[in-house]
Amino acid sequence: MSAPPLLATRDLTRVLDGTVLVEGVSIEVRAEEVFVVFGPSGAGKTSLLRLLNRLDEPTRGTVWLDGTDYRDIEPRTLRRRVGWVPQAPTLIEGTVAANVAWGPTLRDEPVDDDRLHELLDRLGLSGFAQRDADRLSGGEAQRVAIARTLFNDPDLVLLDEPASSLDAAAADRVESLLQEVMADLSLTAVLVTHDAGRARRMGHRGVRLQNGRVAALGALDAVLQAS
Amino acid sequence: MLQDLLQHIQDPIVWTGLAQVGAASVLAALVVLLSRQRGLKLETELSVAFVRGFVQIVAVGLVIGLLLAVPVAWSALILLGMTGGATWISRQRGAGLPGVTQVSFLSISAGAGLVIVTMTAAGAIEPTVRSLVPVGSLVIANAMKINGLALNRLKDELRDKRAEIEVGLALGGPPPAVLARHLRTSVQASLIPVVDSLKSLGWVWIPGVMAGMILGGENPVYAALYQFVIMAMIFAAGGLTSMLTSLLMGRRVITEAEQLRHIPASEGG
Repeated sequence: MSAPPLLATRDLTRVLDGTVLVEGVSIEVRAEEVFVVFGPSGAGKTSLLRLLNRLDEPTRGTVWLDGTDYRDIEPRTLRRRVGWVPQAPTLIEGTVAANVAWGPTLRDEPVDDDRLHELLDRLGLSGFAQRDADRLSGGEAQRVAIARTLFNDPDLVLLDEPASSLDAAAADRVESLLQEVMADLSLTAVLVTHDAGRARRMGHRGVRLQNGRVAALGALDAVLQAS
Repeated sequence: MLQDLLQHIQDPIVWTGLAQVGAASVLAALVVLLSRQRGLKLETELSVAFVRGFVQIVAVGLVIGLLLAVPVAWSALILLGMTGGATWISRQRGAGLPGVTQVSFLSISAGAGLVIVTMTAAGAIEPTVRSLVPVGSLVIANAMKINGLALNRLKDELRDKRAEIEVGLALGGPPPAVLARHLRTSVQASLIPVVDSLKSLGWVWIPGVMAGMILGGENPVYAALYQFVIMAMIFAAGGLTSMLTSLLMGRRVITEAEQLRHIPASEGG
């Protein structure tokens, strides 16, 4: 018997100014799996991801998180539980530590320094805590962005092509560190990518989008086959 | 009311003023002639601007002459009309921001209104049309400028820093905390001109009110003190307006589901 889904969407649709971005998407993401959202540029992958933590509002349909309609969950609680790593790291001015601790700082909560350093170690950023975030390489900045999301202790992480803007070496490093961290922390993730190789290495199941609609769903082989 | 206006027009000082206008016009005509002689091709533009300026300023003088005769209660109505105009002009700076007209009107009314009422109660503004309208208009006009600057900067911040704001929201940050630094930037930017004016007051420039009072034979020290009162009123009204605008707008740019609204490049509010 398969595990119940941690996150499920039903007929998820977003239309903006008459343009269909996502239409009728129904998926289920199980606990501790990496669910891949695959497709070419403009297929609606990022638009779908932004609906999953309600950064954008669905025109139709909804998302269920652990059996609860996410419209019944307070937005900031929902977003704490469903973490998001955007394509570009988008760090704030200040140190690496200030960036990683930005979530609790915004919520006026105490910052666990030991946990912060442990997370930086895991992501290959030992000794980076007091470095200026402006002076990081692209790969380092993206790892800080991942640490910032994980420091919030989410139930599920949305990864929006976290290595797409990096050179091959930095992208491989981010990918292998992500795989290690997700395995160690038993994380559930939704990974957006247009890279079939990365999808195969990191994912378990997935969906292929075409023009905002589901073109294939389920086992990765079937999802990636037609690409 | 018309009788009062006729009295103003027939005042012998008006004839003296017209003679002075004649003397100044001779000098201006000299410039027009020089322009023609040197082939600058500016004589038409200069002549039109000169005559137009004269007609406009005399018209304003006549309107003020009329206003001086109306009961003091009219001041509130006149200042309200000025606030409406100030709202209309400054909202264009924030075109595309949600509810920009309403927010501008509330902020300018509250900021300028509080200062005008308080300073009238304190005796710094005489409760007469002669005093309330010109001083009130100074305060409202400056609140308008500062409100426009605040809206313009806020709009740029929300558009340029959208990614950063959305990361903050995605981390479960409360919208007021996520927006705080951007709202602060807009208030700071809007107050730069008035802070610079205060810094340079007296040694880089002698403002109009003080210059006018000294020319009118007023004690220069009192003229300086009153000018400072005017500057303080402008600062207070502008600061209140700017802070209120950023506070109200900070709530409007976020949806009920705590999403940052789309801010179009232009569009009325």
